[in-house]
Amino acid sequence: MRPFQYQRAHSISDASAIAALPEAMLIAGGTNLLDMMKLQVATPSQLGDIGRIGLDGIQDTSDRGLRIGALATNTATAVHPRVRADYPVLARAILAGATQQLRNKATTGGNLCQRTRCYYFMNVDQPCNKRDPGSGCGAIGGVNKLHAVLGTSDQCIATYPGDMAVALTALGAKVVIAKSDGAERTVPVRDFHLLPGDTPWRDNVLDQGELIVAVTLPPPVAATQLYRKVRERSSYAFALVSIAAVIAIDDGKFARADLAFGGLAHKPWHDPRIGELLVGAAPSPALYDQAADLLLEGAEGHGDNDFKIPLARRTLHAVLAEAVEKAA
Amino acid sequence: MSVHVKQDKPATDNRLDTMRQGVIGKPVSRIEGLAKVTGTAPYAAEYPVEGCVEGVLVTATITRGTIVRIDAESALAMPGVIAVIDDERLTTRPAQGTANEAPQQKPRTICYWGQPIALVVAESFEQARDAARHLVVEYKPDEAAPVEADPSIAEEQEDETVREGNLDKAMSDAAFAVDVTYTTKGHASAAMEPHAAIAQWDGERLTVHASLQMLNYNITELSDALDLPEDRIRLISRYVGGGFGSKLGISEEAVAASIAAMQLERPVRVVMSRQQVFQSIMRRSETTQRLRLACDADGRLTGFGHEALVSNLPGEEFAEPVLQSSHFLYPGEHRELVLKLARIHRMTAGSVRAPGEAVGMPTLEAAMDVLAERAGIDPVELRLRNIPDKDPEQGLPFSSHKLAECLRQGAEAFGWDSAPRRPRLRREGEWWIGTGMASAARVHNVAEARARVTLKADGTALVETDMTDIGTGTYTIVAQIAGEMLGLRPDQVLVDLGDSNHPRGPGSGGSWGAPSIGSAVYVACMAIREALADTLGIDETALVLADAKAGNGTPLTELLGGKDLVREGHYEPGKITDDYLASGFGAFFAEVRVNHYTGETRVNRMLGAFGFGRVLNAKTARSQCLGGITWSIGMALTEALEFDPRDGHLVNRDLAEYHVPVHRDVPDLDVVLVEERDAAASIIQAKGIGELGMCGGAAAIANAIYNACGARVFDYPMTPDRVLAAMPD
Ligand SMILES: Cc1cc2nc3c(=O)[nH]c(=O)nc-3n(C[C@H](O)[C@H](O)[C@H](O)COP(=O)(O)OP(=O)(O)OC[C@H]3O[C@@H](n4cnc5c(N)ncnc54)[C@H](O)[C@@H]3O)c2cc1C
Ligand code: SF4
Repeated sequence: MRPFQYQRAHSISDASAIAALPEAMLIAGGTNLLDMMKLQVATPSQLGDIGRIGLDGIQDTSDRGLRIGALATNTATAVHPRVRADYPVLARAILAGATQQLRNKATTGGNLCQRTRCYYFMNVDQPCNKRDPGSGCGAIGGVNKLHAVLGTSDQCIATYPGDMAVALTALGAKVVIAKSDGAERTVPVRDFHLLPGDTPWRDNVLDQGELIVAVTLPPPVAATQLYRKVRERSSYAFALVSIAAVIAIDDGKFARADLAFGGLAHKPWHDPRIGELLVGAAPSPALYDQAADLLLEGAEGHGDNDFKIPLARRTLHAVLAEAVEKAA
Repeated sequence: MSVHVKQDKPATDNRLDTMRQGVIGKPVSRIEGLAKVTGTAPYAAEYPVEGCVEGVLVTATITRGTIVRIDAESALAMPGVIAVIDDERLTTRPAQGTANEAPQQKPRTICYWGQPIALVVAESFEQARDAARHLVVEYKPDEAAPVEADPSIAEEQEDETVREGNLDKAMSDAAFAVDVTYTTKGHASAAMEPHAAIAQWDGERLTVHASLQMLNYNITELSDALDLPEDRIRLISRYVGGGFGSKLGISEEAVAASIAAMQLERPVRVVMSRQQVFQSIMRRSETTQRLRLACDADGRLTGFGHEALVSNLPGEEFAEPVLQSSHFLYPGEHRELVLKLARIHRMTAGSVRAPGEAVGMPTLEAAMDVLAERAGIDPVELRLRNIPDKDPEQGLPFSSHKLAECLRQGAEAFGWDSAPRRPRLRREGEWWIGTGMASAARVHNVAEARARVTLKADGTALVETDMTDIGTGTYTIVAQIAGEMLGLRPDQVLVDLGDSNHPRGPGSGGSWGAPSIGSAVYVACMAIREALADTLGIDETALVLADAKAGNGTPLTELLGGKDLVREGHYEPGKITDDYLASGFGAFFAEVRVNHYTGETRVNRMLGAFGFGRVLNAKTARSQCLGGITWSIGMALTEALEFDPRDGHLVNRDLAEYHVPVHRDVPDLDVVLVEERDAAASIIQAKGIGELGMCGGAAAIANAIYNACGARVFDYPMTPDRVLAAMPD
């Protein structure tokens, strides 16, 4: 760990001010950041602790949606009665992640901003364009079982590892961001994370000095909600592939099909064409195959992760079949 | 007074069974359990030592080559830094189990990525860690550093080779034959407690608190590394937070802490990071194994072939003993067993959880399942038909052999269905359900051991030995043995372990701890009994001791007449180890579910039935088996070290990415202890237990995967990608 200045923020503006300092980072639950600091994957010289700025509430919004504070713990969100009743895919996704101990500390904002689990990113003695721009990508030509098959670049093939954001993507949630000038801006979760492109060091749209204050969920819809996470061991493992599904069936046809995918890309993957294909069509394995074709158009394996392509297809079949059965 | 017993003959008198206290074999809870779960049992790094400074190892970032220059100033200029230890005596690898000499030193020669090369010492741990990261090291890399095993240049291990008859002909003449090749990935011990040491030097003597399994060897290894006589070294390892082979030999941090403490004349603590433990201690070698089995129409084996390719660093003698139990488990007149070792530049390969059988048995037992299917014979029945009456290669008698009982009792307890088997008979929703079984075998080892027992004037006893308890229950079984022999409750026996000032025990490794140290304690207690019998003027065999009284009602305190009675027991296995083949045997049964869509496999239930001689404590024995079965699940489904194909560095260096089973992966496990006395295994008729539970279990799961969904997977671990690749439509 490198020496750093620690400051506790007491308000959003405090936090913004600290975040705007050079080499500054914010710390919430610390479950991701502290590990990275110990390994010197992250080396902030200023650390702003936002643990007590009071953004841990979960409130109804005027349109019967829900606003989840950036500092609400993953546990608090997952057990919240409205989340359980109206957004069960979110509760399920959170509970499929990490462990109870980690979820008790982990926060909404931290979870959205958690960094990739790419082995080379986590090893400061290996090349990584995300950690050390221009040093190369160790995972290309290396061990890349965890890595992305969609939306990669020749600079970086990392995945965004989280579960919660996959559910938020399917639900059409939005991220509320406080800008450094005190104003707010709102970005759909779908657009929050970036593809690696030529700037693999950028995970998301946050600019220096910005922080997440909340996530808002749209009003609930009548639908079956599922979260499926495929993993090697049954707990305490990141997703090989995950799918969040919000599905409604009417008159034997899909009336709603909001799907998001984890483990496949540098962001929770959402392809609007899939919903368009499904809605209005009658469920069938042939249809699911077409949906998978759309999803996996342009998918490219890098050796160890080739399996994710057929796995995503099969998992999509399983999830759609299960959702249709439950929705009927 | 020391009493030496060399066991040349089976101990058929079963004396422990004639004692009266009634504590041996009982499910006594671990004596140190409360201290451990309440956090009051100090582990190596936790001893409060005044003025202790902190050392952090610096590790190499090239695979092979030499260090041209270490710029000590680059670290010394940093805050809090006291010293950069750049010393020829630093060890670069852990010592192999029972090496009894220093491992490879000269840290400026680099043989693998992540090799320790120096130690940075600072006032605080954080300062030392930061400085270690920033120490400037100039390397001269070598061009060639192969990191993948090349079978064409692997060395045949002649001691392991057996070629008898004509296996090729047996294969072509066979009614049924199997020729299959499996791979297994490397494994890490993955103990919870990282390797850690605190060294203190008073100008004359060195005291090291360390986390080690075998002080009796470790003291010699440390003495050799430092060039300091053993009588000036004291090693203390009272509590060890798991070893699983990784702490058998002296490891890098203990040597580095010692050198630094002697140089700086200050206590120095060195704790490895999780990543360092993973990349600088031991790996189990990956293996490639070809199995050839030939049988007649009745399923009796006529040919048996097992060839394995393993790897290690140049200069290491250890070759994962994959074939260890294959030599005697099954008959087959025509035999070909070959072990080959390839030299590669990955971290040291050494003993990790049941070296040999842990990976040799799961492949053999998976191949047996293929044979059972081809021959149309129930897998349990196939094994029952192939139990040799003596060691098929050397002709030695078995010291005892409970495989048949384990197979039968296990099948019964599990509810094994011996109806003809076919994959995909049961489906629940997305899940295929199936069952599988496998035999278990693990060679039994027993080692020389010493223990001092004091029957105190106050009627309590003290047992002292440098033997360690690595979480297995040694404290407890030692108290039970002494208690049984001396007529005391276990809580009247104080067991003092893990101090090299005490008589030398066998160390904890290869599952030999309990039979070996138990035998030494037995020998010492026998001598005390003889002294007491003398006092009473009776023959020892007539002496009854229970509840701290002799049979005639005289309290022990009175018999002792205010004096302590001290005897040192020295047990040595003699001709029994040459005259018999001794092994633990068992059988595993598993029911799994395999997801048709995702290839995920979960174990629904699993049972192991084991015969390993006398059960010294039914609870700790069962716990050992539960642990072994849990490792079997890891071996079958999740555990794999991944190495970079270019520089050979270990890629998944933490517990988030090296997947040991978690609670949710481990269902209710069942253990059947098949009681027996093995008189030729040790003087207390006990054999090793710990490792047997993972020697074959993974095959029960693999075979169940096939039975469930029809996917024959030939690569361990059977992760979803591999199961899906083999899954029929
Ligand atoms: C072993 C392990 C297993 C795990 N398994 C899973 C899993 O299976 N699935 C899963 O989804 N997650 C998993 N996680 C990740 C876990 O969910 C994250 O570590 C956690 O959500 C991060 O939240 P935090 O509050 O602790 O973030 P911190 O560690 O405090 O911060 C993480 C990052 O977010 C930034 N940040 C925090 N809050 C804000 C804010 N309000 N505005 C802007 N930036 C902010 C920080 O600056 C930092 O860069 C696992 C973690 C570990 C250690
Ligand atoms: S995949 Fe991305 S994060 Fe991983 S090594 Fe390459 S650049 Fe770094």
